[in-house]
Amino acid sequence: MSDPLFEFCCRMGDNTLVLGHRVSEWCGVAPVLEEDIALANTALDLIGQTQLWLGLAGEVEGKGRDADKLAFHRDVWDFRNVLLAEQPNGDFGQTMMRQFLFDSWHLMYLKALMSSSHEQVAAIAEKSVKEVTYHLERSTDTVIGLGDGTTESHERMQKALDRLYSFVGEMFIDDEVDAAMVEAGIAPDPSSLRAEYDAQLDAVLAEATLTKPEDDFAHKGGKTGVRHTEHLGHMLTQMQWLQRAYPDATW
Amino acid sequence: MSSPESSPYKDSEASPHEETRKTEWPLWEVFIRGQHGLSHRHVGSLHAPDAEMAIKNARDVYTRRNEGVSIWVVEAVHIAASSPEEKGSLYEPSNDKVYRHPTFFDIPDEVGAM
Repeated sequence: MSDPLFEFCCRMGDNTLVLGHRVSEWCGVAPVLEEDIALANTALDLIGQTQLWLGLAGEVEGKGRDADKLAFHRDVWDFRNVLLAEQPNGDFGQTMMRQFLFDSWHLMYLKALMSSSHEQVAAIAEKSVKEVTYHLERSTDTVIGLGDGTTESHERMQKALDRLYSFVGEMFIDDEVDAAMVEAGIAPDPSSLRAEYDAQLDAVLAEATLTKPEDDFAHKGGKTGVRHTEHLGHMLTQMQWLQRAYPDATW
Repeated sequence: MSSPESSPYKDSEASPHEETRKTEWPLWEVFIRGQHGLSHRHVGSLHAPDAEMAIKNARDVYTRRNEGVSIWVVEAVHIAASSPEEKGSLYEPSNDKVYRHPTFFDIPDEVGAM
């Protein structure tokens, strides 16, 4: 295993990079102009956070790779994002459900990171918390609005939840990287956030009149990089094509 | 938030000359008080299903460059406006009453914006 702090930074940065790219895929094709702009703002926030996390990862690694190198010159098996982030957009409801499930975890985790023993980690978390607070507010309202909306919007949101819920568990699985982070006082155990997450999820789903699937099965393999879903590779061919076709091209 | 496909809003658009499309979210006018502004200024309009979402949308559409410290939204249909045809009777009588315009005073710089 490489340096656990490097792994940790890649996990944070790859989450925001992959989800940020996914959200940016809505640019110009969202159902209404206002949502289009809001989603683009969210994507930009996430890409901005990526620059900080992957920038720090490069520094920690000390091999001269910067955020761009890490983002555009790695292949699927090097990515450390959770599987939830790479799931396709589907319809607007599925995108917002994915966003809500991720935002809830993201905000809790970032809040915990604000008291990290690592100064830069704490600083990145503090900056990100302000942005992610708004992301969560927006995705929560939309999940409630569409879940408790028309028959069709309700059905679509339930379908989105059924489809995505099996990707929630991975965000709370502890492994040796997490153990090293806990040891160093850098980050909390992901599993320690599960109870709070579930309470918040249940409250929002109740208001949205949605039903949480009973099966607690959790897909895993994203944050370790062992087994990404097929979707990430397809996404990277789009996201990285320019650097693959014209390595080190600049503006 | 309701789906734009199925909201039966009746009085959602402020345009008096045509029927409101049944599937459209209501139109909201957005007012923002800037960093150093004294009062809220009209910045534009947008569509949203309710007031809360209108404020959120206004945040995303109109305050992306740190423009605002306070946002007001009002559903366009609730704004009463003067008619352009009444321009003459409403405004012209004041044109020949120069004493109503406080242009004869020198305002010290220290006073600042008024």
